[in-house]
Amino acid sequence: MVNLTIDGKKYQAEEGQNVLEVALENGIEIPHLCYHENLSPYGGCRLCLVEVTRNGRAFLTTSCTYPCLDGIIVKTDTPEVLRARRLVLELLMPLAPEAPQLQALARQMEIEEPRFKTDEEADDCIRCGLCVRACTELVGAQAITFSGRGYRKTVEPPFGEEALDCIGCGTCVFLCPTGCIQMVDKSAERTIARWQRTLPLKACSSCGRYYIPFAQIEFARQKSREAPAEDWFDLCPDCR
Amino acid sequence: MSRLNSVGELEKLRAEILEKRDSGRPCITTCLGTGCHAYASQDVYNALAEEISSRGLTGKVDLRGTGCHGFCEQGPIVVIFPGEICYCRVQPEDAADIVALTVLENKVIDRLLYEDPVSGQKYERESEIPFYKNQDRLILGQNRLIDPQNIEDYFALGGYKALAKALAEMTPEDVLEEVKKANLRGRGGGGFPAGVKWETTRQAPEKEKYVIVNADEGDPGAYMDRSLLEGNPHLVLEGLILGAYAIGAAKGFVYVRQEYPLAVKNLTLAVQQAEEHGLLGDDILGSGFDFSVSIKRGAGAFVSGESSALVSAIEGQVGEPRPKHINTAISGLWGKPTNLNNVETWANVPYIIERGAGWFNSTGNEQNKGTKIFSLVGKVNNTGLVEVPMGTPLRKIIDDIGGGIPGDKRFKAVQTGGPSGGCIPEQYLDTPVDFDRLKELGSMMGSGGMIIMDEDNCMVDVAKYFMHFLKDESCGKCTSCREGTKRMYEILDAITRGEGREGDLELLEEIAWVTENASLCALGSTAANPVLSTLRYFRDEYEAHIKEKRCPAKVCKALIRFTIDPEKCDGCGRCKRNCPEGAITGELKSPMTIDSSLCSRCGICREVCHLDAVTAE
Repeated sequence: MVNLTIDGKKYQAEEGQNVLEVALENGIEIPHLCYHENLSPYGGCRLCLVEVTRNGRAFLTTSCTYPCLDGIIVKTDTPEVLRARRLVLELLMPLAPEAPQLQALARQMEIEEPRFKTDEEADDCIRCGLCVRACTELVGAQAITFSGRGYRKTVEPPFGEEALDCIGCGTCVFLCPTGCIQMVDKSAERTIARWQRTLPLKACSSCGRYYIPFAQIEFARQKSREAPAEDWFDLCPDCR
Repeated sequence: MSRLNSVGELEKLRAEILEKRDSGRPCITTCLGTGCHAYASQDVYNALAEEISSRGLTGKVDLRGTGCHGFCEQGPIVVIFPGEICYCRVQPEDAADIVALTVLENKVIDRLLYEDPVSGQKYERESEIPFYKNQDRLILGQNRLIDPQNIEDYFALGGYKALAKALAEMTPEDVLEEVKKANLRGRGGGGFPAGVKWETTRQAPEKEKYVIVNADEGDPGAYMDRSLLEGNPHLVLEGLILGAYAIGAAKGFVYVRQEYPLAVKNLTLAVQQAEEHGLLGDDILGSGFDFSVSIKRGAGAFVSGESSALVSAIEGQVGEPRPKHINTAISGLWGKPTNLNNVETWANVPYIIERGAGWFNSTGNEQNKGTKIFSLVGKVNNTGLVEVPMGTPLRKIIDDIGGGIPGDKRFKAVQTGGPSGGCIPEQYLDTPVDFDRLKELGSMMGSGGMIIMDEDNCMVDVAKYFMHFLKDESCGKCTSCREGTKRMYEILDAITRGEGREGDLELLEEIAWVTENASLCALGSTAANPVLSTLRYFRDEYEAHIKEKRCPAKVCKALIRFTIDPEKCDGCGRCKRNCPEGAITGELKSPMTIDSSLCSRCGICREVCHLDAVTAE
């Protein structure tokens, strides 16, 4: 166990935990967009900035990537920290001006008028990389990745073509903080337009609802160590 | 070539090489570095080779293609030994005269000598030329004597002596201690003491360790590391092997830009030669020390020069910086302790080991020892590579070595430290150039780029240029850097287009602050420097753009208008013929006029006018 101070209070953390994790566990709110407890920390959005003092030196750093080290002093609400977060959010807003999660944060930080004009090519993606990490680390399909760099960085299927490895599971859709990945089920087909992928769906043999892409069944069978029973996917979760 | 199995065998080989060489025999060296190569120096070399063979002088006159001499302004450079006669801007047609007169008759060819543009004085010997005379070329000096593709040249100048000394007489701890005592600071930009970094890597608990040469030099206008790798690859390799010995690494990497084809070629050859001679591989010189080197080619991302991004790139991942709460020295390449130094840093090591820390400490100032190579470019008479002791005043570099500003123009600023460095104005020209002083001035040493600007450079435009580079080269991970550089660029662009608004400078400063403080790596945390340093010293120029819609340096096209002075114009019609927009009208032999609504402000009329009658307002 390591001992650290957050906003004047002492806390204990397990070795290997990051500062954001411990803060959230203890009810200390730190805004964040690219962090998810089940994914490796990325430190891209920069919203979870805090001030850390280590060996007498104070600096701003992202709490999601900073490890809990013995004796560090963390401050989550200094004027500098708040100013930096506010500016970061101001810089993010034009990428996804309509996203409810960003708008809520803007209200919290009392940002009224946007100072930067909305990008012409704004597509609601804030490059947080949750979709990429989820597809790689949780799903294991590795269907999408970052491409390009700088302001041209985007998330894309390989070569910007149809994401042939996408199994249509929708994990990325579920995790995206701006809702920029849309998934539409239309009778026997599921389409994720952003990944240029359309997949046939299997119907539940009991209620008849189309509920899972065949590609996802195939993927699950290949990945599972113990093969699910032959008829496992015949029924949807509701009818099982 | 047979393997060298001991220090004794190396010294025996060296003696044999030296015996074969007659220092009195004429030797013509031709620079084949990239700068001279661009001036077709290979043709000069071929013409000289042809001349030597057709006169039946093969074996009596040596011809050597060398790496960059540094005086790129005057290329192609040819130096004839033993007299060290230096010829500039040599053409293939000059080959016959060089062989017939200088080599055979010891006569100097006046027309090929360097002529000082200011004093008009001519110089015969290379070392007398002010550009060279005022330098201290510890690291770069061998370039002009060595054919980089021939390991024998390096042996002849004492190459691998430091390695032999270390393996025969010193423990790894001794080598480490010597580098620490020398207070060698990293030449890549940070200026972190190399010895301390080595020690951290050495003491890290993991047994498997790595050493890396960072040759991902990517600053616009900078080519120090390129010239070292192209011109003297064995020096860098020897430094790396010594480092590996001190640190306890068995494997090293050179991460070199794919855009440096000659560096890749010469380095690859050098590694092969070192392997064949038993200077790399198992049981080096019979010492029991094993070390091998692989070359990794970068794919052209500036940010890959950042240490953690470079480590990612070698691992085969996207060259994107990682959080470094745990030092690369402890957990770097594949999670193992990794010591990474820049090309020039490694090149210093053989000298420190061979001649000792005391010798090294005799050059430089208090906190900054040794020399530093700069690439001196821009509005300066003698552009090229310059090596001076740390702490040399900027003025000496620009005026004494660089020969001052061309024409009657006035010096305005020097940009140091590459894209994320800063601009230093005239009042600080007496500042000694070292890691700490440049930082105090809001710039940085970086890897040694030095761009000179005169009164015709607009500082807002300069800041915009560098911000354009940085917004393209940000890896795009951190919001603050990716969006910050983009927004700073947009504002700078608007100001140069005459669309600057009240409050723009304050907004620039805010974005600069968050980019600097909220970003992960060194690229992001220094990306605001071009804006901050120009705002610090040239704020009035920004204000003139915003408030008066005026570009004082007359660079920003939207804010200037070209006119022709009817008093000066003789109606020759050059401007009219050359104007791509057809914006110039007038009868021949009577004054011309420019239609501002058609004019695209390209400035061609001003360039072609022989009477200086075109002015920008």
